Amino acid sequence: MAKYLLLKHYRGAPTGVNDVPMDQWTPGEISAHLQYMDDFAARLEETGEYIDGQALSPEGTWVRYDGEGKPPVTDGPFAETKDLIAGWMVLDVDSYDRALELAGELSAAPGAGGRPIHEWLELRPFLAVHPTVTE
Amino acid sequence: MDGVLLRSLTPEVIAVLVRRGADFAAAEDAVQEALIEALRTWPERPPRDPKGWLVTVAWRKFLDAVRADASRRLREQRVVAELSPGPGPGGDDSLQLYFLCAHPSLTPSSAVALTLRAVGGLTTGQIARAYLVGEATIAQRISRAKRTVAGISLDQPGDVATVLRVLYLVFNEGYSGELDLAAEAIRLTRQLAARIDHQEVAGLLALMLLHHARRSARTRSDGSLVPLAEQDRGLWDTRLIAEGVEVLQRSLVRDRLGEYQAQAAIAALHADARTAGETDWVQIVEWYDELVRLTESPVARLNRAVAVGEADGPRAGLAALASLDPTLPRHTAAAAYLHERDGDRAAAARLYAEAARQAPNLPERDHLTLQAARLNTTLRR
Repeated sequence: MAKYLLLKHYRGAPTGVNDVPMDQWTPGEISAHLQYMDDFAARLEETGEYIDGQALSPEGTWVRYDGEGKPPVTDGPFAETKDLIAGWMVLDVDSYDRALELAGELSAAPGAGGRPIHEWLELRPFLAVHPTVTE
Repeated sequence: MDGVLLRSLTPEVIAVLVRRGADFAAAEDAVQEALIEALRTWPERPPRDPKGWLVTVAWRKFLDAVRADASRRLREQRVVAELSPGPGPGGDDSLQLYFLCAHPSLTPSSAVALTLRAVGGLTTGQIARAYLVGEATIAQRISRAKRTVAGISLDQPGDVATVLRVLYLVFNEGYSGELDLAAEAIRLTRQLAARIDHQEVAGLLALMLLHHARRSARTRSDGSLVPLAEQDRGLWDTRLIAEGVEVLQRSLVRDRLGEYQAQAAIAALHADARTAGETDWVQIVEWYDELVRLTESPVARLNRAVAVGEADGPRAGLAALASLDPTLPRHTAAAAYLHERDGDRAAAARLYAEAARQAPNLPERDHLTLQAARLNTTLRR
């Protein structure tokens, strides 16, 4: 088994084929999209491949240490940030091919006009915690 | 097996162990172990005297734990020697547990976890699953919390307000999975109301009952939100509403108003309207005025502005909103709503989309996005 992080971006991904802001869809199209996402996660829970899924607020803050006894410095949010993560799903699957298959399925979620959004998703393998036994 | 009965006995059993000489942390651990054993064995062999069973088993677990630690042999002899003959007189120790578990020295998350375990009788695993965090995290939170309150005696009077804040936090967590935290909060608040005569305890209980009564009308089967005005009022639980109103009325006659009573009064006015159009918004604004006076809360002011929009028209509501900090949570959503009521659909659509980006949770975000989409669809026609 191998774990993968499936990342969805607000910004920073290549533009999808059917890229229309959600508030420009019809309410029915939005409901169909949300239903598709729910069904997708539910199906993976059933197959035992779902670990976790979270959505993130678009606005975050940059923070860094500013020396002994001083409060941390904060900055942002930066409107020009190129890469902005919208959320993730963690999968535990048998193979890289299975992870690709699932990512493709998620990217086919219906969008404006009821057509697939063809959204670009980023698939990142987890680094394993334990060394692989090779001897 | 009656899990609720089992849980409701928890604080009394802890109190018995403490009266017999156990310190709170050890007593709580022992009762938790007894609860887990009860969950395992009661379904097949239900005891005749559940409380007696729990006291016996918990006390045995406590003594086992003391004996297990060889370095504490002296302490064991002392504890066993000090064994008192059982429950003595004195005040309601289980009430004191509420105060201890909500002690101001605890962080809110610790107070919540400790209250759910020591007062609510939930297992660490149940609490962890309800809050979607790991069991080890909750176990650690509870043991740290117990160390924090270790030096505090159970016979010190506590502050009702801190207990109410903790119970309200639990209530607002709603429910996910096996455990209904809102129902659990109501159960604990009911128990508290039975042990202490305090108008704000009654106020919070009334508020919870009135909100809980609307729960099944508040979401659709797919989890999407239904705003108050669009709810099917036939789904409201009239029994809970009647109880909430009665509890509230009994507390209001004492004429010692507090924030929970004021919020419950607002909830009662909503419950009282057969249709959204029949809502007595003028009186609701008056209650918000009281709430603002009592709490100075910016959130209360924001809700008041929306109520003003209903009572005196959207322009008045927008004017009230304009005097508030625009970074307040839900300020943009309120502005969107009032602009739509004022007939400015384009501004409303833009504000709903912006509010969706600021939404603190997914159901609200989806709801706000849908509002923006609904308006944009009509604007394109």
